[in-house]
Amino acid sequence: MRHGKYPLIVTFLVPPVLLYVIFVVSPYLQAFQISTTDWLGYSADANSVGLANFKTLWNDDYVWNALKNNAILLALVPVLTIVLGLFFAAMLNMGGRKGRAGVSGVRGSSFYRTVYFFPQVLSVVIIALLWKEVYHPNKGLLTSALNSVGLGAPTWLGDPRTAFWCVLAVMIWSNVGFYVVLFGAAMSAIPKEIYEAVMLDGASRLTTLWKVTIPLLWDTVQVAWVYLAIFALDGFILVQLMTNGGPNFSTDVIGVRMYDTAFGSETKFGYASAIGVVMFFLTLTVAVLALRASKRDRIEYS
Amino acid sequence: MTTLDKPASVALPDEPPGPADRPVRRELGVANVLSHGFLLFWGALTVLPLLWMFISSFKSNAEILADPWSLPGALRFDNWSRAWSGAHIGQYFLNSLVVVAGSVTLTMLMGATAAYVFARYEFRGKQVVYYLFVGGLMFPVFLALVPLFFVVRNAGLFGTWTGLILVYAAYSLPFTVFFLTAFFRTLPTAVAEAALVDGCGHFRLFFQVMLPMARPGLISVAIFNFLSHWNQFLLPQVLMQGDESKWVLAQGLAALSVNQGYAGDYAQLFAGLTIAVVPVLLVYILFQRQVQSGLTAGQLK
Repeated sequence: MRHGKYPLIVTFLVPPVLLYVIFVVSPYLQAFQISTTDWLGYSADANSVGLANFKTLWNDDYVWNALKNNAILLALVPVLTIVLGLFFAAMLNMGGRKGRAGVSGVRGSSFYRTVYFFPQVLSVVIIALLWKEVYHPNKGLLTSALNSVGLGAPTWLGDPRTAFWCVLAVMIWSNVGFYVVLFGAAMSAIPKEIYEAVMLDGASRLTTLWKVTIPLLWDTVQVAWVYLAIFALDGFILVQLMTNGGPNFSTDVIGVRMYDTAFGSETKFGYASAIGVVMFFLTLTVAVLALRASKRDRIEYS
Repeated sequence: MTTLDKPASVALPDEPPGPADRPVRRELGVANVLSHGFLLFWGALTVLPLLWMFISSFKSNAEILADPWSLPGALRFDNWSRAWSGAHIGQYFLNSLVVVAGSVTLTMLMGATAAYVFARYEFRGKQVVYYLFVGGLMFPVFLALVPLFFVVRNAGLFGTWTGLILVYAAYSLPFTVFFLTAFFRTLPTAVAEAALVDGCGHFRLFFQVMLPMARPGLISVAIFNFLSHWNQFLLPQVLMQGDESKWVLAQGLAALSVNQGYAGDYAQLFAGLTIAVVPVLLVYILFQRQVQSGLTAGQLK
């Protein structure tokens, strides 16, 4: 490997590095700088205003409202998704028992896994548009189902009291299948002998799940937690396409705030970048906290 | 794992060691019905909206409004053709194909070459450049949005497919490089050394020996990138404003949904959505294993 390796390194590395620096690294760096200006987009003048944008942010009730919604998502989406994901993964991978010697999946588990994963391969745009129709107050699936059994239905996305929960439900719906597959893969890596031993000891299914499977899965759960937390801080596409933050800002999230500030009626690029910087630090903090909180001793199978 | 040390005879009292088989099986019967019930319930919850969309794409608007749960009176394929040509979904579909074909090719080429260098060669500053790439995995795209808009505009690439292709590729590099570097490291060094001893050049070594050996990894990453590029919405929405004839599928569908609100043509919207869903679901069903492993690896590492 000694002779003539530098031509290869240069030709192989320079184009990707250039592309990456121009379109990824430089925008990230510029964002911090723009966030300290009063730049209004298309004109050339941008005056440095120091931390004034952040001060405005602090007093911006719309931002706080959006952050509150993100906080509720952050509290609920990861927990519910992980619980449902673990539950179904456990059903699929340990639902059946072959005699007394070990656990196996229920019949048709690979079929279920395939179906559950559907939402994951669909674009979020399609999920948002489809569910907007499902929630439609006249011709949607939900309303007419409730009407046909004689129950009145709310206007779902049109009502400030229900809209947020409707969006939250879609977030969980679209994520669960992915975690079923992920947890399922982790479960099938647990050695069969452990289950055999536990079952010989007479442990019930629930005990096995609670005392053996979940502790052994903790690494994966922790990773899931971080990813779902980051997801809960975003939620932009679903919200923008389903409700655009309405009605009456009941579903607003920080991503929609930022998008509207930058590309809405006014192009307050400086202020929008400040929101972006806040999002950046929030994401970082949440990721670090989630990793910290779920830290346990690593278990390795020998 | 203290339970492992317990002798088997310390079984729970309610499960006698002798004729334990029968009660166990009965308990299982109930549990199985329960678990199948829950599994079926979630399966239905997943499939129902999709099935509804598919069925509604054949109905007339009057049928859709009258009863969402009914079956179509006839298979009205004209909904599909109205969506395909009238709402330009066909055009957007082809646009998406062009952009994704370009961006996935570029991503794989650049990702594979960079990853190969990181995995197989030593040079000064390697760690720094590698972590520069992988660091991109952690940052939200949102932060870069505003400056990216101007970077692309100043480069004269605003509203062009070339711009989208370059940006998609750039933002896919962190994961692609990360995944493929790990993959190239696992390939046997002996083969590479043998080839070099036999007088194979470094370039030929890459294209004729290493690349074919890395095929499973390349396919997984390519499928992952295909799906994530195909499903992009935020980047085209920011970088492809204006000229509607160049829009990608996601933008076209979003616009169709808005127009449907005014025109009341629900059947067309359902047909448009179905046109967008069917190919992706087919790709998924054909490549299930790779898609599942690619996506689980992709989103979490």
